[in-house]
Amino acid sequence: MSAPNKSYDPVEVEALKPEEIERMRDEALAAFAAADSLDALQEAKVAHTGGTSPLALANREIGALPPHAKADAGKRVGQARGAVNKGLAARQAELEAERDARVLVEEAVDVTLPHDRVPAGARHPLTTLSERIEDVFVAMGYEVAEGPEVETEWFNFDALNIGPDHPARGEADTFFVEGPEGGTESGVVLRTHTSPVQVRSLLDRELPVYVICPGRVYRTDELDATHTPVFHQVELLAVDEGLTMADLKGTLDHMVQSLFGAEMKTRLRPNFFPFTEPSAEMDMLCYVCKGASVGNPDRPCRTCSSEGWIELGGCGMVNPRVLTACGVDPEKYSGFAFGFGIERMLMFRHNVDDMRDMVEGDVRFTRPFGMEI
Amino acid sequence: MRIPLSWLREYVDLPATETGRDVQAKLISAGLEVETVEHLGADLKGPLVVGQVLTIEELEGFKKPIRFCTVDVGQANGTGEPQEIVCGARNFAVGDKVVVVLPGATLPGGFSISARKTYGKTSHGMICSSDELGMGDDGTHGIIVLPPETEVGKDAIELLELVDEVLDIAVTANRGDCLSLRGVARETAIAYGLPLRDPALLDVPGPNAFGYPVKVSDPAGCDRFTARTVTGLSPEARSPIWLKRRLQKVGMRPISLAVDVTNYVMMELGQPLHAYDRNLVQGTIGVRRAEEGEKIVTLDGVERKLHAEDLVITDERGPIGLAGVMGGADTEIADHDDLEKSTGDVVIEAAHFDQVTIARTARRHKLSSEASRRFERGVDPQAAAAAAQRTVDLLVLLAGGTAEAGVTEVVAPSAPHTITVAADHPDRVAGVTYGRETVVRRLQEVGCDVYGQDELIVTVPSWRPDLTDANDLAEEVIRLEGYENLPATLPRPPAGRGLTARQRLHRRVGRALAGAGYVEAPNYPFVSEQVFDQLSLEADDPARRVVRLVNPLSDEEPALRTTLLPGLLGALRRNDGRGSHDLALFETGLVFLPGDERRAAANLSVDRRPSEDDIAALNAALPDQPRHVAVVLAGAREQAGWWGKGRPADWADAVEAARTVAREAGAELGIRKGQYGPWHPGRCAELTVTVDGAERVVGHAGELHPRVVKALGLPARSCAMELDLDTVERVGAGTPQAPGISTFPVATQDVALVVDAFVPAAEVEAALREGAGPLLESIRLFDVYENAEQLGEGRKSLAYALRFRATDRTLTVDEASAAREAAVAVAGDRTGAVLRG
Repeated sequence: MSAPNKSYDPVEVEALKPEEIERMRDEALAAFAAADSLDALQEAKVAHTGGTSPLALANREIGALPPHAKADAGKRVGQARGAVNKGLAARQAELEAERDARVLVEEAVDVTLPHDRVPAGARHPLTTLSERIEDVFVAMGYEVAEGPEVETEWFNFDALNIGPDHPARGEADTFFVEGPEGGTESGVVLRTHTSPVQVRSLLDRELPVYVICPGRVYRTDELDATHTPVFHQVELLAVDEGLTMADLKGTLDHMVQSLFGAEMKTRLRPNFFPFTEPSAEMDMLCYVCKGASVGNPDRPCRTCSSEGWIELGGCGMVNPRVLTACGVDPEKYSGFAFGFGIERMLMFRHNVDDMRDMVEGDVRFTRPFGMEI
Repeated sequence: MRIPLSWLREYVDLPATETGRDVQAKLISAGLEVETVEHLGADLKGPLVVGQVLTIEELEGFKKPIRFCTVDVGQANGTGEPQEIVCGARNFAVGDKVVVVLPGATLPGGFSISARKTYGKTSHGMICSSDELGMGDDGTHGIIVLPPETEVGKDAIELLELVDEVLDIAVTANRGDCLSLRGVARETAIAYGLPLRDPALLDVPGPNAFGYPVKVSDPAGCDRFTARTVTGLSPEARSPIWLKRRLQKVGMRPISLAVDVTNYVMMELGQPLHAYDRNLVQGTIGVRRAEEGEKIVTLDGVERKLHAEDLVITDERGPIGLAGVMGGADTEIADHDDLEKSTGDVVIEAAHFDQVTIARTARRHKLSSEASRRFERGVDPQAAAAAAQRTVDLLVLLAGGTAEAGVTEVVAPSAPHTITVAADHPDRVAGVTYGRETVVRRLQEVGCDVYGQDELIVTVPSWRPDLTDANDLAEEVIRLEGYENLPATLPRPPAGRGLTARQRLHRRVGRALAGAGYVEAPNYPFVSEQVFDQLSLEADDPARRVVRLVNPLSDEEPALRTTLLPGLLGALRRNDGRGSHDLALFETGLVFLPGDERRAAANLSVDRRPSEDDIAALNAALPDQPRHVAVVLAGAREQAGWWGKGRPADWADAVEAARTVAREAGAELGIRKGQYGPWHPGRCAELTVTVDGAERVVGHAGELHPRVVKALGLPARSCAMELDLDTVERVGAGTPQAPGISTFPVATQDVALVVDAFVPAAEVEAALREGAGPLLESIRLFDVYENAEQLGEGRKSLAYALRFRATDRTLTVDEASAAREAAVAVAGDRTGAVLRG
């Protein structure tokens, strides 16, 4: 760099003339505008902002100016360089945005392509419906009780006030299990209901007892559209001081409201079961037509056959004889119980037409039910 | 029990406007399950009239005999001229009174009648059979021939009582009284608050010494036996139309007058009756238990070998009836086809038999009759004399018989049943305050005598033997006050503990397997024992020891499963057969394993809690019933698609399913090469857990044996896994503990080891783990490579990624390398592994 020439007139330095600097600025901006790609812009950038660019060189000349001229020239060059850098950044952003837009378009895919690489599995609706019902009662404080499916006659019948001569003990309904040496009088059966679990609960648990007993049960019906020899029940047992039929009714109402909606209710009709007294048949309001189909041929209801009510199962106050057989004092305690078939509820809740669909394990039937129902 | 509304109205003055549906609703609410209301003759429209056949011309030249008749229908056709009718039936003659339907009428089923050309003649109507009129079976299936005194031109709809409503009631086992018009009428009267005209309230002469001789040797089995005699029944007498019609409406077939009358009275009063031809009974009628080996031919023509518990009716020769179930053929009243055999003298039996005895006999001989159904459920013993009287009256009236004065009545003394019950007991059962007055009134309505104030002494009526306990009385009050009027309250159970760990695990396992693509398929537990051969189980395999059923649905599947595979593989085959070929199924359920010390279950009493020993003895009679989980796979595990190739299900998927289950249980699962019947001997993993310090095999997983695949008709390369879920659950780790998370950087080192091909990867990994020491954070096998040229014959390369990390510092490269070398050294010692050069 040459020494400052104090007698030098700034206007005499060609490169620092205002019109020169403006020209350099305008050339740079024009070059940026002309750059049609990021690469071209990079070249223009080197050419117009790099160490050998005209403006950089002009900047270097400032040092040679006399002190009084330096400020002016510095200001001019600085402003020009600022404008150039701003122009560069703007063009850079512009070109990058253009590039990004192009790449994202190029990378677009068909999002409707299926991806069934491993098709979803599912749990059986009988399992999940049973769990759904269990959960209603667990939320109320009940516990889930389980027991063996091969059961002694004492638990399955005698303790439930179904004496040796009750028709239900005949071969018509019950699968009998052979004795160890092949004898037919083993006193062991496939449980015909989940009620033996109630008996076991009363024997095993501290009072009061509030349990829900889901499980598989067996009766000698051939499989057809409406029967299956192996089916599922949920039974409930509550034994406490001062329980009443009104408590039973309220509990049933709560259950159907939890499963079918707030406006649901149940209806009790007198019936007879050996293990409850009084006993009742329980119906729930048809959750589809809410009874509106009754006597209304214009609005027939397939779910309840226009009856307005759907039969659910049996219930009643635990027969004091059952309490006695379980060592519970019927003078002090009373209880209620109910039970119903899961298959039946699945049929009317999910429009299953044929019982066989529930037992054949066809994946096309089960898959749509997913993990919970 | 079928209840014709017209008949019911005879005992209760129901409002005329009350329909069958109305009565149904009332009775349902009172506790009778009225299943249907049948509207007889609902779509029937006249003119339907009585006619008399004037001429019959047999038409020739048709495939079947055809008659062209003229029939006098009086003024019913508007002209008084004979009606010309073509008829294909033959069981009528000139002069017979018949039922004629005229053009313009509609028969049941919407069958419109008009004059029409047929067989070359014009038929102006039809001569009707009972089928065509929807009357039910009359035993002839031919034209109805009416009694000769029937008036020509009379409306037959009214005459034959064709329009009626019939309630069909499913009577519960405790309500034998409602297997009669009398019982249902009583319920109806109570439901409507109307008086009952009790048909059993008859004047009955007292017993005397000159009735037919009867000797009851077993008063426990027969506590009442009434015998009456009617002589000189006219052999020509027929059951009148009204009687036949009522029997048809309740679902019985008219047979002969004497039989029809006994059936009629049984339906009316609920008392089964039997009529013996007096001249075929020899000597004293007896009631006793059968002697072992005695035989009887019952009315249905079947010879039955008697059991020493069977109660029989006898005469001097031996059994002449199975008491309360069915009479014997020897002393049967002849029907009209055997008029020459008929003697016209009958002895009527109205007896009361022990419920249990009759139930057992009926079951033993698989012979359920109208009589046994009633005795099993309880018959009013006090109605026997009235029923006998009613039978006598009807036979005298309808058959011109003469009632003999002799009345036999053998009665074992018994006291009426009384129950002591607190007056507020029904209130406490229902949760409703009825009050003493209501309770007493309702009990009186059902026929109880009630005394006492706070404590009621209730004598139950003879027709309600089912009322034995305080709660039975409570039910009567509550049902009559209306179950529909019960309030709804909620009890307050103590705070519950939610699902048990085991229950939560069962749900979790199901979700995990479903999440991995498995579909749950629960199966019946019934299996054939041949399936164990198909599964290639050894002859002494414990899984061949089964629990068998006495009465299986199918003789082919008499046993209960000891493994889930037969059912689940059946579901696999079924799905495959229906066109679903890429399958992953699972099941969790009980299997049934007979123990070594299984005994028959004792029958304990029910009047108190059984002792702990008693309960233990009962449980000892049961097989072990552990819960298993199983999966089966076939076809593609991963589908081919636009992303690339698919992957067939293989042994590794089956093993992974076992790992999935174990992971959910928090159990450490041992996996080693195994060999077990159903599985491919080279592709079978034996699954183990450690229970109380001892290793136990809990299942197998892998590809099925080709032989098994073939024997069971499965898709090629089907795979399976089965695990004892209960045992896996038992060894679960319980509450997981949080690991310390180091935030220092990880040092990753890969290592490729060459070992003999038979060395299990799991052993190499275990050795590396041990050798690497506490700095090892994780280890993962990322490649298995076999190449004879590079590695040598029978060698394989296993490539592992090791990640090291310290909890307190950043590891140096030297530290990580030292740990890796230590790991390789242990692997070398244990498995002969060498670093791949």
